[in-house]
Amino acid sequence: MLSFVIRRLGTMALTMLCLTMVVFFLINLEPNLKKLAISQTEMHTSAEQLESWLVNHGYRQNFFVRYGQWLGVVPKQPVTDPATGKPAQRFSFCNDPLVPTFAGVFQGDFGCSTKFKATVASKLFPALGATGILMFWVLVVMVPISLLIGILAGMREGSRTDRVLSVASIASTATPEYVSGVIFTVIFASWLGWLNGSAASASQGITFYNFTLPVMTLAIYGIGYIARMTRASMVEVMTQQYIRTARLKGLSFGSVVVKHALRNALIAPFTVIMLQFPWLLTGVVIVEVMFRYQGFGYTLVEAAGNNDIDLLLGCSLVSVFIVLITQLISDVGYAFLNPRIRVQ
Amino acid sequence: MPVQYISGFTVVLEVLSRFWPVWIALVIVMGASFAYKKKLALYGQLFDSGVGIVGVGICLFWLFTAIFAATISPFDPLAQIPIMKDVLPGAVEPQSGLTYLFGGDKLARDVFSRMVYGSQIVLIIAPAATGFALMVGITLGLPAGYYGGKIDTVLSFLANLVLAFPVILLFYLLVTPGIMDTPIPYGMAGVFFLFPIIFFSVLFWTRYKNRPDRLYILLGITLILGGWIYLGLVFDADPLKIVHIDPNQLNIFVAVVFASSPGVFRIVRGLVMDIKTRDYVAAAQTRGESPWYIMLWEILPNARGPLIVDACLRIGYTTILLGTLGYFGLGLAPESPDWGTAIKDASRLLRSFIHPALPPTIALMSFVLGLNLLADSLREQSMKD
Repeated sequence: MLSFVIRRLGTMALTMLCLTMVVFFLINLEPNLKKLAISQTEMHTSAEQLESWLVNHGYRQNFFVRYGQWLGVVPKQPVTDPATGKPAQRFSFCNDPLVPTFAGVFQGDFGCSTKFKATVASKLFPALGATGILMFWVLVVMVPISLLIGILAGMREGSRTDRVLSVASIASTATPEYVSGVIFTVIFASWLGWLNGSAASASQGITFYNFTLPVMTLAIYGIGYIARMTRASMVEVMTQQYIRTARLKGLSFGSVVVKHALRNALIAPFTVIMLQFPWLLTGVVIVEVMFRYQGFGYTLVEAAGNNDIDLLLGCSLVSVFIVLITQLISDVGYAFLNPRIRVQ
Repeated sequence: MPVQYISGFTVVLEVLSRFWPVWIALVIVMGASFAYKKKLALYGQLFDSGVGIVGVGICLFWLFTAIFAATISPFDPLAQIPIMKDVLPGAVEPQSGLTYLFGGDKLARDVFSRMVYGSQIVLIIAPAATGFALMVGITLGLPAGYYGGKIDTVLSFLANLVLAFPVILLFYLLVTPGIMDTPIPYGMAGVFFLFPIIFFSVLFWTRYKNRPDRLYILLGITLILGGWIYLGLVFDADPLKIVHIDPNQLNIFVAVVFASSPGVFRIVRGLVMDIKTRDYVAAAQTRGESPWYIMLWEILPNARGPLIVDACLRIGYTTILLGTLGYFGLGLAPESPDWGTAIKDASRLLRSFIHPALPPTIALMSFVLGLNLLADSLREQSMKD
């Protein structure tokens, strides 16, 4: 088991290295650098001035050197001030060191956000915290509801309850966040006026009034999928011999379901729920933009829209990490929950 | 001059009558399918269940809407008639006497016509992108599952790399105006669009190797047709000027194929690993058939059930992806009538006007729902066999 986890962690590290390199390459494409230089300098700057801004801020160094600097395996050089010839800070708002130092991801330095004029860490981690709260409530709503729907539907395959619930879950998987968000806002905010159509005030304090719509919107897309997986797993378990034995022993249907079927039926949904995280990530971006909630997704969109290189790299690192770690947890957890699975 | 309105009931009637070519086509196709369902194999079996009929019905409805868009929609989807800015559903446009059935949006365009024309964009890009993703996934997944070993390790690692990318981040990196100045989208298109040509060439080669009369005709058709489309799509150099794709649409297309082919790859690989242990594969190996013949003519036909179901679900998912792209304003032109862009524009103004938001959301939802229902009943039918 331990060697399995270690090997997986090794693959994970390699994957992250490859992916960050790809992201680094794509962000640093020439048109993107041009856009960054234009947004960071005054209006109406000539092409030479843009070029000199890029050179001065170290964007014209070799690709691998810069990637190494971002990682923290190559020392970061301070830039030379063209006026005085002395070393100067790249971005004064980030306290860049004046002597060559190793300051990259390995040292815990995520770099400097050009859009927010602050360090990436000071921007990214509060945003992650805010998204964590959102995710927590989404899971609290999504998991019990979807498991309940799945179990009720799968308990008696082909019954009327099953068919109604199955169609309902198919409908929910056909409703992406930007559709359900609009429909819920129209119903609950515009017509009924029960809930707030914006979660901007949720940064100060979460209330039922401002937080229900984002949570509902995000949960609805996942509910259908998890419910369908739970149903399939439940249907399979209900046809097993030991369920028939328990029924023939004279146990009531309810206690067979609760005591014998549930435990075995819930193994598969566990994996599905874990693998749902990467999907939730896209949903988070849509929902946070739609309801103006200042979390991770909102930061990602701001970073991408303004070509904020370091912030976008930080965001990709975090999201890729989340995807990979949930895959690992789902594999390891599956082996723990299901003793029949052996990992070598 | 104040704008005249017609009543809600008349709006409903007029919407229904506007779709008249769709209703006629639906009745013909559904009726014919129903009559001959015994002869139509898997497609015919769909008509045995209510879910299947509804699924087929919704999908066909949007297909015909896309085909007859010009007849159905009363206005040009891009035309702006200033007096109709933000009008409510049922407003009569004074000059032509036609009605803005679902009202006007903030740029005074007809919401109904935009919804109808939006279906064209979705119904062209989503199935085509899914088709290319299937080609890429199958061509790479077959050898990965069949040979295993090094090929499998490398290809699976690459597929997992792409799958570990959150889709939204991938699109923010790949679908930008800047990237069209670089050769990256064209390079990717050049690689992806090769796969169908390779696939069909190998397919015919392995089957008709010893029958040159058939082989040369089929290979010739594949290479000429494929090469023609390839030239048109990748280099925009179609000598007849028929095959043409806008650079931004090519960019979206490539990004969507890139994002969904690893999923197909994984499914194909899993299916092949399962099927290759069957007796008929062993029999073919004993006969001395070549590996690619076994993969393409023994394994692939037996994997078609799950692949068809997956393709249906995938078209739906691609539709959602296109909507996401539109919602974030990535790739598609800002005035494009596709549903995602319409939802984005409308959702910003939800506080003042809700009517421009509802038609595109309901259209997108119903189309994906139709595809999902179709996939569900296909799965049920193929499980019965």
